[in-house]
Formats: sequence, structure tokens, C-alpha cells
Amino acid sequence: MSWLLTLPIMLPIMTAVLAFLLRRKRPAGHWISVAGSLALLAVSIALFIAVWQQGVLAAQMGLWPAPFGITLVADLLSAVMVVITAVTGLAVSVYALAEIGPRRERLGYHALFQVLLAGVSGAFLTGDLFNLYVWFEVMLIASFGLLVLGGNKAQLDGGIKYVALNLVSTVFFLMGIGLLYGLTGTLNLADLHGAVRAVENQGLVTSLAVLFIIAFGIKAAVFPLFFWLPAAYHTPPVAVSAVFAGLLTKVGVYALIRMFTLVFTEDSAYTHNLLLVVAAFTMVTGVLGAAAQNEFRKILSFHIVSQIGYMILGLALYTPLALVGAVFYLVHHIIVKANLFLVSGVSRRLTGSFELARIGGLYKSSPLLALLFLVPAFSLAGFPPLSGFWAKYLLIKASLDIDAYLIAAIALIVGLLTVYSMTKIWAEVFWKPHPQGRSPALSRLGRRERAALLLPVAGLAALTVAIGLYPEPFVAFAERSAAQLLNPAGYVRAVLGGGQ
Amino acid sequence: MEVVLALLVGLLVAASVYLMLARNLLRFVFGLVLLSNAANLVIFTAGRLTPATPPLVPEGMKAPPEVVANALPQALVLTAIVIGFGLLAFALALLFRGYQALGTLDSDAMRIAEPKPEETGEDEAGQGTAKS
Repeated sequence: MSWLLTLPIMLPIMTAVLAFLLRRKRPAGHWISVAGSLALLAVSIALFIAVWQQGVLAAQMGLWPAPFGITLVADLLSAVMVVITAVTGLAVSVYALAEIGPRRERLGYHALFQVLLAGVSGAFLTGDLFNLYVWFEVMLIASFGLLVLGGNKAQLDGGIKYVALNLVSTVFFLMGIGLLYGLTGTLNLADLHGAVRAVENQGLVTSLAVLFIIAFGIKAAVFPLFFWLPAAYHTPPVAVSAVFAGLLTKVGVYALIRMFTLVFTEDSAYTHNLLLVVAAFTMVTGVLGAAAQNEFRKILSFHIVSQIGYMILGLALYTPLALVGAVFYLVHHIIVKANLFLVSGVSRRLTGSFELARIGGLYKSSPLLALLFLVPAFSLAGFPPLSGFWAKYLLIKASLDIDAYLIAAIALIVGLLTVYSMTKIWAEVFWKPHPQGRSPALSRLGRRERAALLLPVAGLAALTVAIGLYPEPFVAFAERSAAQLLNPAGYVRAVLGGGQ
Repeated sequence: MEVVLALLVGLLVAASVYLMLARNLLRFVFGLVLLSNAANLVIFTAGRLTPATPPLVPEGMKAPPEVVANALPQALVLTAIVIGFGLLAFALALLFRGYQALGTLDSDAMRIAEPKPEETGEDEAGQGTAKS
């Protein structure tokens, strides 16, 4: 089955090569990207089904036995993250048909986009810490390229800050890897699970754990390390910022979940409490930051930070139900957040700006778009029966179960403030009349353009509603995945073989 | 030897933090260069220092006869150097392009993406459509 594990990485890379070669042939170039994303979705669903039926899958690259070679592992969390990556990739690559102009295509937008997907999939599937670093770098360099592609002033400005802080995070990660190797003599995650327990001086392990919290915390944009995110995410084209908003910070969250359920679990009183405090501050600062903004995408960017707090909260509580909530939240958030960015792009197309003060009147002229905004926006705020309600419900129930009333109260209040931001967008963009009296109807767009812009938005919104109305299979999946995370014996056995 | 290298790492980190606190972004990148070299030295040192014993297997044997240097950290360092080199080349190019477009390297003066509230005017940030 090893080919199934390599395909989610190989397919986007092959697509990237093709897309790069065809970047000057306009219609062919971007259809390659859509076809590649579609193939990635098919492969990742096949991988997910295989993992669901057979348990954790592992493949040793080059037939070097673990822990000496590089291992690719897919447990349920990895598999579902790859599926969601493919879903987002497909939605954004369709959206890019209408959004990305010929100039950016010639510069290689589609190739970079596919490399980004390869990097993200690789980071989710690898079972080796140094390999994770390499996939982070693949992802980073592709995201750098996408962020500044086209090179207008705001993009360069945001790009410089994004690049600078992410490079610092990379160096922290690298130092952590070096020190962890010095301490344990292995970098295979499954092997580390046992090796970290054998270290005599557990104080050193805890300080290393904090180093990893900082490294992944910068990537995941948690308080107080998130400042690169709102500085950069509103500058590139929407087809870029949607995929960033959906996927990139979540790779950091995934890495935190992986490291703090598999490797650093001994001193959880310290590390997980630290994460809990971080989660609370992340939720609050993110949502307050959003309340102060008056630009569509800046509000959404700050909300990414706030939502990251919820996922970290699930990890920090470290009970079975809380991890179920964290996994559910990850899946729900990627879909909803990418969708909101796409909606912001459509509304800018129609009204001409992202500034709330300069736009309006969309409810009257394009009620369909208003509906498509309401679904992800209410889901983000946690209205029943949408996906966000179940995600928040699980997390708050988990914190009430262990008498963590303060954090439950914070989570609820942050949810309320999220509603405030969403209603602000609703009132300004959709409800109030357009300040220049324009009537921005969807019918002003060409038919093909309209299809390319609205199909991904509608598809993701349908997914949100589906998760909201039929949460059982998703919760059942999240439960199994959390059980795997809390009891990594199956993961370790799949990687190292039955003998260990 | 470990002590000397550990002190050197500390010195490099201290110098790089000093440089990275500067507002001038070129200094920041120089600090980053030092910091990534410090990280490489950390990996190298953490892999244990075993001088003058190259990891070579003599002919006819399946394993080296005595304790040899660990080749893995060196492979890691090599990978990290290559990746770090690529990223720094990109960062420098980006900085140069930023200097051309924005006319400054002072991070406080770069306020196009995040204008101060009172000057929030035309924010045509990254409209990536075909109009470019």
C-alpha cells in the first residue's frame, strides 16, 4: 500500500511540473491545476478509506527500516487532513480560473500552488521530525512565492514581515530538532514516543517541548506570536489568501497536536497548562483585533488567530472529548475559513473594494451571495445547526466536564464577539446600500466567470451544512481519531513493526 | 571541545538577537544568517563530537571495527545548510525588491499593508485580478 501514501505528495509535484511547463499556454495551464487537484482529492479519499478500514498505514521510503529511514505514516488525523487539503486545493484552483490573471499565470502561480499542496500533504504524512522540517520548508518557499507573486507594494510589505517571522520559526524548529536528537538519538516520531520517556533528565525534555511550542506556535499564529498573519494575509490575491487561511496555520496546529500527543506527553501538567493559557489569550486577542478592523479580509485574518485558539484549547485540555473537539474544529475551520475568504473575493469583484466603508448593497442585488456568506459566517460564530456549532459544543462540553469553567466562559464570550464581527460585515457589506448607489448584481459577471467564482463557494458551503446537519459520522470519525491520538500504541506498532 | 562550541553557539545567538532587534531589515537578515548558522552548529554538536574517526567501513567488513563519528547529524546539517541558503537568497532578493518598491528598509516605515488608522485611505492591497 506504500504507493497510496506517496501519491498525495507525488501527484501535486507532477502537476506542478506540468503546470510550470504550460504556464504560457493560458487555457491548458490552469486546467492542469484543476485536474491535478481533482486527482489529489481522489487519491486522498482512497487513502482515507484505506486508513479507516485497516488502521494506521506506514511505508518505509527506500525500504530502509524505521527508525533509520524516512517513514510516511497516515493515521486518521493525517488522512483527514490530506483530504481537507485536497478539498481546499480543488475549491481554490477552480476559483483561481476567474481570479488569477495571465500575468500571474505566466509567473508560475499554478506551479507554486501545487508545490504548496505537496508541502502541506507531506507535512501531514511524514513520520519523521527532520522530514517534517523539510516539508515545512517546501511549503514555506512556495507560500513566499505565492505571497509576493505579482509584486505590488502591499504584497512586498506584507511578504517581508511574513518571510522574516517564519524564517525565525524555522530556525527555532531546527534547533529543537538538533537538541532532541542529541538527547534521544532518534528523529522518528514513533521511536521518539518511547525514547523521550527513557531520558533521565525530564527537565531537559520539558524545556525542549517549550522550544517546539514556540517554533510551531509561530507557524500556527498563536498569541503572542501571531503578528505576521494579519500583516500579510490580506495583501495577495484572494485565491492565494484563501488557501493560506485554510491550510498554512493548520499545519502548525497539526504539528503541535502530533508532537504533544505522541512525543511530549510526560510533563503535561506544565506543557499543556502553558498551551491552555496560550489558547485563552489567542482566542481573546484574535477576536478583539478583528473587532477593531474595518477591512473585509483583515477581519477574517484576525478571526483565524482567534479560531486557532479553540483548536489549541482542545489539545491543551487533553481529554478524549477535547481532542475529538480539536479534530472536529480543524476540519470545520479549514472549510469555513477558506470559504469566507472566497466570498470576500467575490464581493470585491462586485463592489470594487475590501474596505467596509466603500461597499454595500449586496443583499439587495445578489441575494445568492448573501446566503453563501451567511452559511460560513454563522458556522464560524457557532450557530446551530451548522458545523461550527458542533465544534464549539464539543470543546465547551469538554472543558465543563473537567470543571474548567473559566476557559469555557472565555470560549463562549469569544463566540459571541465573533457574531459581532460577522454581523458587522453583514451590515456593512450586504445590508446597507452601496455608498455610490451602485447595484452590484452577480449577473454583471460573465457566465463562465460566475461559475468559477461561485461553484467553490457553494460547494464548501454545502459541505458546512452537511457537517452541521449530519454530524454523527464526522463525530464518530473524530472520536476514533482522538482515540488513536491518545493511545499511540497502534501508531508506534505500524511504524516500528510488531516486535517493538 | 563541546564547551567551546556551546559557547560559540551562545555568542552567535546573542549577536544575532542584537542584529535582529534592529529596525533596519538588512541587519535583521544578517542576524538571521548568524542564527541559522548557530542552529547548524547545535545539530552538529548535539550529534556528539568524535574527532578523527571518519565513519568508513574497511573492505571485507560489514561494520566499522570501532566507534566512529555519527554521520547522521552531518547529513542533517548539510540539508539544513542547503535549505537555509535557498531561503536566505530568497529573503535577500525580496528585501532588495522591497527596497526598490517601498524606498526604505526601515520596518517601522513600511506601513502600506497596515496603514495607521487615520490614514486609511485607498487600500488597493493586492487586487490580484487580471487588471494587473
